[in-house]
Amino acid sequence: MDRDPRVCVFGEDVGHYGGSYKVTKGLAEKYGDLRVLDTPIAENSFTGMGVGAAMTGLRPVIEGMNMGFLLLAFNQISDNCGMLHYTSGGQFTIPTVIRGPGGVGRQLGAEHSQRLESYFQSIPGIQLVACSTVYNAKGLMKAAIRSENPVVLFEHVLLYNLKERIPDEEYVLSLEEAEMVRPGEHITILTYSRMRYHVMQAAKTLVNKGYDPEVIDIRSLKPFDLYTIGNSVKKTHRVLIVEECMRTGGIGASLTAAINENFHDYLDAPIVCLSSQDVPTPYAGTLEEWTVVQPPQIVAAVENLCQ
Amino acid sequence: MKFISEAADKRIPCYRVLSDDGYPIAGSRFEQVDKETAVKMYKSMVTLQIMDNIFYEAQRQGRISFYLTSTGEEAINIATAAALTSDDVILPQYREPGILLWRGFTLQEFANQCFGNSADYGKGKQMPIHYGSNKHNFFTISSPIATQLPQAAGVAYSLKMDKKEACVVAFTGDGGTSEGDFHAGLNFAAVMDAPVLFICRNNGWAISTPISEQFRSDGVVVKGQAYGIRSIRVDGNDALAVYNTIRAAREMVIHEQKPVLVEALSYRVGHHSTSDDSTKYRPVDEIEHWKTARNPLARFRKWVHKNGWWTDDEESELRGSIRKQLLNAIQVAEKMEKPVLAEMFSDVYDDLPSNLHEQEKSLRETIKRHRQDYPTDVPV
Repeated sequence: MDRDPRVCVFGEDVGHYGGSYKVTKGLAEKYGDLRVLDTPIAENSFTGMGVGAAMTGLRPVIEGMNMGFLLLAFNQISDNCGMLHYTSGGQFTIPTVIRGPGGVGRQLGAEHSQRLESYFQSIPGIQLVACSTVYNAKGLMKAAIRSENPVVLFEHVLLYNLKERIPDEEYVLSLEEAEMVRPGEHITILTYSRMRYHVMQAAKTLVNKGYDPEVIDIRSLKPFDLYTIGNSVKKTHRVLIVEECMRTGGIGASLTAAINENFHDYLDAPIVCLSSQDVPTPYAGTLEEWTVVQPPQIVAAVENLCQ
Repeated sequence: MKFISEAADKRIPCYRVLSDDGYPIAGSRFEQVDKETAVKMYKSMVTLQIMDNIFYEAQRQGRISFYLTSTGEEAINIATAAALTSDDVILPQYREPGILLWRGFTLQEFANQCFGNSADYGKGKQMPIHYGSNKHNFFTISSPIATQLPQAAGVAYSLKMDKKEACVVAFTGDGGTSEGDFHAGLNFAAVMDAPVLFICRNNGWAISTPISEQFRSDGVVVKGQAYGIRSIRVDGNDALAVYNTIRAAREMVIHEQKPVLVEALSYRVGHHSTSDDSTKYRPVDEIEHWKTARNPLARFRKWVHKNGWWTDDEESELRGSIRKQLLNAIQVAEKMEKPVLAEMFSDVYDDLPSNLHEQEKSLRETIKRHRQDYPTDVPV
């Protein structure tokens, strides 16, 4: 916001309240009430407002208090953010960033535990990225703001408290690149967002058991970084996808299709995808835990694949 | 304990300046329009009317796939445009091409968009009448109803940041006021002190739904107060009244930095679009009545004529000339090349990502292998 006066923030309680997850804390004091704008409760409206502002030259960052609420803004995201650059023949650009916390939290109930990346992935004209660490959150956010395309940036409710040392100098990450978390030889594990941590926990166990998993955080959900992913598949010949999306129509489903189409010859085994079940997230803590892929499942899946 | 009644004793009155015979109504306050503006307004209304007729016929002849007329609402279109400045940003619904016409969009440019040829600013990517032109400050039309209303607050926000002496003008029809976006858009604009002029073209019909089945309120004007928005009801078929209303409303919107709602009463003389036959759900004599006795062009012409600013000879000359220009524009647009294949994949993003590259390549290969199955007049 310092670098470019056109960047502004819209959302519910983003101003003096600092946002329900405190992501915008301190910004209203620093940049004023106009640039950090509190809106009434109408997701379709403030997303639409973001589209209108973007079409007239501003660079809005739109916050959904919880990603799930953005389903109310689906038309503005799909038909307007996604399509207006195309239908206007390139006359109008929509450089918006739509962001917010999603994913399964701790007993937040079904409507606050949604994984919208699967719902949005078909929309032509938008880019989807998911951050997972302090480092990539900053880098991806900067890239998203500077992109001329509308970008949906998925944050995760349980990752806001992470602490990490990051460089003082400015850095911007690429919106289309995956991140190599742990190079390895035996198997390619593709994941993103919070599941990265479950995978890394499983990786510790796997290493103790003598396996050498390669872990890639795909980060870019649309488009997939098939270059990095492909190179890994060509090396290990086995793929495990670990995601939080529901089984049907999830990111994993698309990724499985993409890898099969492009790298079929390099696979020694069918791709395995671990996802959440096709159920709304239950409130009860134990039930909720069973809907999310846990490290022991990942370990078992790797052992199975590497037989 | 006192309940506020669901209906006021009297309906909100309508601001009018000219009677049906083109005489200024006694006691009606209005600002005079000079000869140059009045003649330009009348000529534009005629142009719009003829353009609608000819493009509608072109669709009937199968030359374009779709068309939607503004017949009966020429006064709303042109008088509003005349009362604004070119800096005011327009967020149209789809029955406001008169604004573009006033701002200098040529008949050829209209034709190009309808034919979706390579000269269309939209590069053939939107259906006919979904015009858009950023240089004319006219946002590209999106078919779903009322989606432009929440966007208005965003554009207003942009203008506020730039401290521009301009406002946003967001249109909708009577049907559009039922959409959730109408509520949200107006509420936002009010809360944000957004300089938005909301214009509702209440033309009595939303395809086959008459206003009696659209809402139970006294039209749209009464809804403004519910949001804390100043509102007014005007006779949309009275060009002078519309002109005066929009001028005044625009002043308020810009200098007080708050939204205003204008309900312009009119009648949709044409069918909803070329996909509709309105005689199926409304009486033919009702349509005829509004087409003739309540015609906005006739009314304004009488006034302009009485002032000695327009003659019958000029009328026939104008009509003949516009008709010729339109037929020519259609011919030129029809013959012009369609957009090249690459345009199918351009503008989805700023640059072409790898998946679209691949898809384009794949499509080109398919076309090469099966050239006879693809249209030969479209450049590859």
